Amino acid sequence: MRRAMWIGILLGGLWPAAAPAAQNFSLPEFETGHKLPTTDVPRQPWMDRDWLDLSVFVGTLGAGVWLVHYQRSRRGVFWLTLFALAYFGFYRQGCICPVGSIGNVSLAAGTGYALPWLVGIFFAIPLVLSLFYGRVFCAGVCPLGAIQDAVLWKPVTVPGWLEQALGLFAYLYLGLAVVFAAVGSDFIICRWDPFVGFFRFSGSSHMLFIGGVLLLMSVFVGRTYCRFICPYSALLRMLSLFSWKKVSITPTECIDCRLCESSCPFGAIRKPTPAGRVLPTPRDRSRLGWLIGATPAMACLLAALGYLSAPVFASTDFTVKLAHLVADAEKSGATDPPDEVKGWKRTLESPGDLYSRAARIERSFEIGMAIFGAYAGVVIGLRLIAHARRKRLTGYTADPSSCVACARCYAYCPIEIERRTGKRPQLPTEPQPAQVVVV
Amino acid sequence: MAEENPNLSRRSFVTHSLRVLGAAAVVGGVGVVAGRTASARGLWQIDPDKCIQCGKCATNCVLLPSAVRCLHQFGMCGYCDRCFGFFDPTRNVFDTGAENQMCPTDAITRTHIEGPYYEYHILRDKCIGCAKCVKGCTKSGNSSFFLQIDQSICVNCNQCSIAAVCPPQAISRVGDDRVYRIRRKAGA
Repeated sequence: MRRAMWIGILLGGLWPAAAPAAQNFSLPEFETGHKLPTTDVPRQPWMDRDWLDLSVFVGTLGAGVWLVHYQRSRRGVFWLTLFALAYFGFYRQGCICPVGSIGNVSLAAGTGYALPWLVGIFFAIPLVLSLFYGRVFCAGVCPLGAIQDAVLWKPVTVPGWLEQALGLFAYLYLGLAVVFAAVGSDFIICRWDPFVGFFRFSGSSHMLFIGGVLLLMSVFVGRTYCRFICPYSALLRMLSLFSWKKVSITPTECIDCRLCESSCPFGAIRKPTPAGRVLPTPRDRSRLGWLIGATPAMACLLAALGYLSAPVFASTDFTVKLAHLVADAEKSGATDPPDEVKGWKRTLESPGDLYSRAARIERSFEIGMAIFGAYAGVVIGLRLIAHARRKRLTGYTADPSSCVACARCYAYCPIEIERRTGKRPQLPTEPQPAQVVVV
Repeated sequence: MAEENPNLSRRSFVTHSLRVLGAAAVVGGVGVVAGRTASARGLWQIDPDKCIQCGKCATNCVLLPSAVRCLHQFGMCGYCDRCFGFFDPTRNVFDTGAENQMCPTDAITRTHIEGPYYEYHILRDKCIGCAKCVKGCTKSGNSSFFLQIDQSICVNCNQCSIAAVCPPQAISRVGDDRVYRIRRKAGA
């Protein structure tokens, strides 16, 4: 027995280092007949939860549509929000969510990496739904929206121009996230998810800090993340413009009573154009022509900028970084290279293969960033064009792309109150046309 | 008014068709992407043969403590009396005092079997995946300790935040059926 051990030690010394696992000591032959325990391999209990997740998701979306568009009940939407926060947030720990699924779908589209069926469905359903019922997902199902909505206390009004300008960031973030995932480099949406740390009661200190700041901001600037950052909201905003059933503040016809004017904490209510004001103005028209010409030029310029800046973005990629480290180590012939290089050497890949892998990723980044630049130019151009094409508005309306369908404004409308209670409430003053300039 | 009605309905018909087309495009696009890719559901898993026991598993998981745990492949264990996965070799005293153990969380139990043989068990609830015992066992033992992702804890992130920093790229997504790659014997 001892001899076997020593042979084992000797052999262990002779075995090449690349062997999977050197065995220095042989397994003892137990005289008492001791049986070997088996290795403990806990299975994943949540694998069976796929169907549960899907049913809860579809169920909450369905309930959201019913509550927002047919019941018109803020209280119902509120409870739905809390339920979503509890289930998708704290119970499922913020994963799976449609916001992060952008990364999976882009990765699968860009590299052919597997797309789990549930993730594909989570990505598609809210988008399809938004074509018919607007952003019901944001109102009642998204845990990120829910946690911000839950802390909203004293909303302040963000000036229209600032809202529009900051809103652009979401579109740019979406483009960047798609590029990073499509080249197979990173899931930046998930990495920079500010609230998932709260759902899991753990996380890196900088993300918890960012999440804390955003939550604090959401106390005053309602749903800061949704309005200015969320990349999925950028998709929903585009599609909701064409939605079939849009959120309507009044159940029938607006009487311009102004009661709902400041009811929206998210700045989604558009005021009617004052009488006597012609829109679009002649200045708008000339600006429109100028913008239509300038947008392609801006797209080309930004595409070139994107192409040139690609190395900066590519340098964040793990493979590119590793290739640089290996190249440095090969050049200097250091005896004690960094862990990354030591680890890579165990994979027995040749440096040439690694360099060509890195070069391929750098090339993908160049293409991706050029497309991103063009996309950014078009997005900025379209935003300005949309502004120049503004039309006359009659009555108070919820802007379909900004409205998160939270149903807060309904209860402010006297006609809605009449619908619910059967009698119209006394209006504080005579109904009068709004004296507001559309920004 | 009478002339406007057919106009309006035509318009609403066109917009509604476009809407249905848009919905079909979204579903079709995702379907094409999903169809093009392998359908196996991926779970994150460590390749024990690539692991260099750097300790990043304990610190880089989005969960705290990490979802990575040390597992024990008993079939490879030498049942050593002086296990350097268990004892700290820099100490001179080989008893079960906390200061003499490798494990910072007292997650390894040592039970006497017979003669010079001892059996070591990892307590999953205490293990934090720091790889200290794995390193000791790999350096001077049989490498029967190895790290693996505990699938009952792992939330299966889109991107594993340990994989993003793992020096030997030992963490990858594998099909559902190949989770828990157990440490293999050399040549096996």
